[in-house]
Amino acid sequence: MDTAVYDQAPTVAHAPWGRVRRSRYLADRVLKITCTLFTLLGAFVLGWILLMLLVEGIGGLSPAVFTQTTPGPGTEGGGIANAIVGSLVLTTLGIVVATPIGVLAGTYLAEYGKGSALATVIRFVNDILLAAPSILIGLFVYILMVQPMGGYSGWAGGVALAIIAIPVIVRSTEDMLRLVPGSLREAGAALGAPMSKVIVAISWKAARAGMVTGVILATARIAGETAPLLFTALNNTFWFSPTLMGGVSNLPVTIYQFALAPYANWRELAWAGALIITLSILALSVVARLLLSKDKAR
Amino acid sequence: MSTIALNTSSAIGNAAAADTGAPVRIAVKNLNFYYGDFRSLKDISIDFYDRQVTALIGPSGCGKSTLLRTFNRIYSLYPEQRADGQILLDGQNVLSPSIDVNELRARVGMVFQKPTPFPMSIYDNIAFGIRLYEKLPKSELDGRVEEALRKAALWDEAKDKLRQSGMGLSGGQQQRLCIARTIAQRPEVILLDEPTSALDPISTGKIEELIEQLRSEFTIVIVTHNMQQAARISQFTAFMYLGELVEFGPTTRMFMNPTKKQTQDYITGRFG
Amino acid sequence: MAVLSDEIVVSSNMQAGRRRTSPFFDQGFRWASYGSALIVLAVLAGIIGTMIYGGWAAFREFGLGFVTSSIWNVGGEQFGAWVAITGTLTSALIALVIGVPISIGIAIFLTQLCPPWLRRPVSTVIELLAAVPSIIYGMWGLFVFAPLFANYVQIPLSTIVEGMPILGTVLYARVPSGVGMLTAGIILAIMIIPFIASITRDMLDQIPSILRESAYGVGCTTWEVVRHVLLPQAGVSIIGAVMLGLGRALGETMAVTFVIGNANRLSLSLFDPSSTIASRIANEFNEASGMHMSALLALGCILFVVTFIVLALARLLIARVKTP
Repeated sequence: MDTAVYDQAPTVAHAPWGRVRRSRYLADRVLKITCTLFTLLGAFVLGWILLMLLVEGIGGLSPAVFTQTTPGPGTEGGGIANAIVGSLVLTTLGIVVATPIGVLAGTYLAEYGKGSALATVIRFVNDILLAAPSILIGLFVYILMVQPMGGYSGWAGGVALAIIAIPVIVRSTEDMLRLVPGSLREAGAALGAPMSKVIVAISWKAARAGMVTGVILATARIAGETAPLLFTALNNTFWFSPTLMGGVSNLPVTIYQFALAPYANWRELAWAGALIITLSILALSVVARLLLSKDKAR
Repeated sequence: MSTIALNTSSAIGNAAAADTGAPVRIAVKNLNFYYGDFRSLKDISIDFYDRQVTALIGPSGCGKSTLLRTFNRIYSLYPEQRADGQILLDGQNVLSPSIDVNELRARVGMVFQKPTPFPMSIYDNIAFGIRLYEKLPKSELDGRVEEALRKAALWDEAKDKLRQSGMGLSGGQQQRLCIARTIAQRPEVILLDEPTSALDPISTGKIEELIEQLRSEFTIVIVTHNMQQAARISQFTAFMYLGELVEFGPTTRMFMNPTKKQTQDYITGRFG
Repeated sequence: MAVLSDEIVVSSNMQAGRRRTSPFFDQGFRWASYGSALIVLAVLAGIIGTMIYGGWAAFREFGLGFVTSSIWNVGGEQFGAWVAITGTLTSALIALVIGVPISIGIAIFLTQLCPPWLRRPVSTVIELLAAVPSIIYGMWGLFVFAPLFANYVQIPLSTIVEGMPILGTVLYARVPSGVGMLTAGIILAIMIIPFIASITRDMLDQIPSILRESAYGVGCTTWEVVRHVLLPQAGVSIIGAVMLGLGRALGETMAVTFVIGNANRLSLSLFDPSSTIASRIANEFNEASGMHMSALLALGCILFVVTFIVLALARLLIARVKTP
């Protein structure tokens, strides 16, 4: 092994320091400043919107908002109690319909159909539905339910919202189930449990937090949807019928109609409603995130 | 050029100097390294000699890669990592805040565990680094690219597909492309971080041959977990353990006649 | 894998059957999940079906003229989609031109520049932009943004460009109300930013850190690493993210309905009011009947086909990189 004798010529002289062109650092600085500004802009817009809602909406928040029904044209005062309750009913209806379908479909994609051509197609279609224009879902349900049933109904509104929620739940359920290690399932199957038992007792249990997060996010998504309700549940200025037939008052459409109305009390109620609905949805989104990160930390 | 000009470091570092007439290229003095609160290099002092291959060996987690990553300050990409002490490259402390890290990295080239071709053509992979620091006319740039590919023993395989993506090459070719990319910048020092760990034996052999040839021009520091490789290609070997430099000396002596028991145990495969 | 577990299931059914889970439940569960998955397909088929079924009368009556005509006369039963189609495309295009650089900038900030402790909160803030309901963006756009936009952009700009060739048309506001095509595009840009930014961020995160270190290792600045190595490496999937944003912008309804002005008029000025397919459906559908309703459903059909193609492309482009 040659260790020793150093008999070569000294190293070639190297270029002096300070070869970096100033323009390179200028470009670098411009990039960093621009990206930071863009991020600040995004945060600023969110802050601006929240501030606007607080400034415009907090004045209108009185007990009457939560106790009285929406006022008719030219009527003083009033509240949005019927719209709030209607929104709760429609959202609940939507999520109650969507959750079993979404969870089971997601389970099919992750467990039964894994790798099959059908599952690939369904996954693809689901991803498209995830971003499909919600107004078209409103049109679909109008033709599907409102026309045959002869009128607007809360049921149609609930179905339209469910169709929007399903892809969200399918996607999150599948993603979460895929994170469950296969060895867990095999261990369950090796104990002699049938596949349904393995899925319910092992896979679902392991993926529980993520699946719940998906349902919460789907709730947040549909709670503020306006376009699909325009042609399905429509709206109503009174307490809606317990059979949910006819127009069912709801917050998003009420806000839409009242915000553009010429009556001051309507506009004030629209702002109050906007504040309530946005804060609820943002709270749901944050809760969903915390839930998931807590689960990951575990 | 006369003997050791800059070597003023520790006893371990000095022990090797007697064996060679090579000047010191990098002198590390009292180097400490921290990942957050964890001190992963403890008071390291060691010299690296001009146009010699020095291998850093030791069990995983001993700090050999960490040490390598201080020489071009690549660790500074991660805010929680920091180093103190001195690393003198030709007498200049590279840890000093006044050093331009980008330029330092062009002077101290690095090749990683896995091939990392950039998403561009083979030609551009090599020209990219040159263009950052030199404005050359097309013909001269072509010459530099060819020279680098020849030195990396890749010219014959790549000359007909210079415009194709670097990702299309085999793993071993990609790694030689990365070496070509590094030497094209004419660095003073080349750092190799387990450059053959992702390669098959034949590609590994080619890279080792290449390192042997590059030694006539560059000072090379290589981290390897393969002791045979260290024995085959290096002139000096440093053995590290738990963040400390245990022993440093000419490779032949380190392998034939280690002075520390830990070194002997590691080399003979008793741990690590 | 599925086959293997099936066998295990079958062989253990007798034993398990004696305990709690009946084979009926097992089969029922399997069919329920299969059926639910098929519902997803049925929904898509249903949407396409109703649009074609409902719009058929309009397509048959006006033929290709439905797409190329810009007449939209409810009383005279003359319907052409050209204004709504160009309005949809133009507003979405404006949204991309403004939104894509900002989204990529945010993704770069989050992955390359942001200190680690700040990453999560900032990511959350950007993602929350996607949670704000569409109608709230509409109110913000109409009541807050539009007046400011009219005062500080439209009026001064119109005074400057008045009489100039081209610019005097494109950037001239006849009625500086703040609403119109450009305002709609800006609001849409804000709405698609969280989607494009978070996918781009995830794609940049997936690039192995060793490639990034290599790029810094040849002496690149952050800008050079991003421009020459990271963005090309993420390549197609960023285009996929952009397509996803485009798909969202094309179909966005409520926010656009508030700020676009809802006029059926072809105009070369970006400040003039216009309409999109979605805004027209939202405005007119509840009062429509007969041919009018069919024309609106035909509009929906066109919107669906366009967004389907865009979203399918997005999905393919994003998937291609995700599974190397």
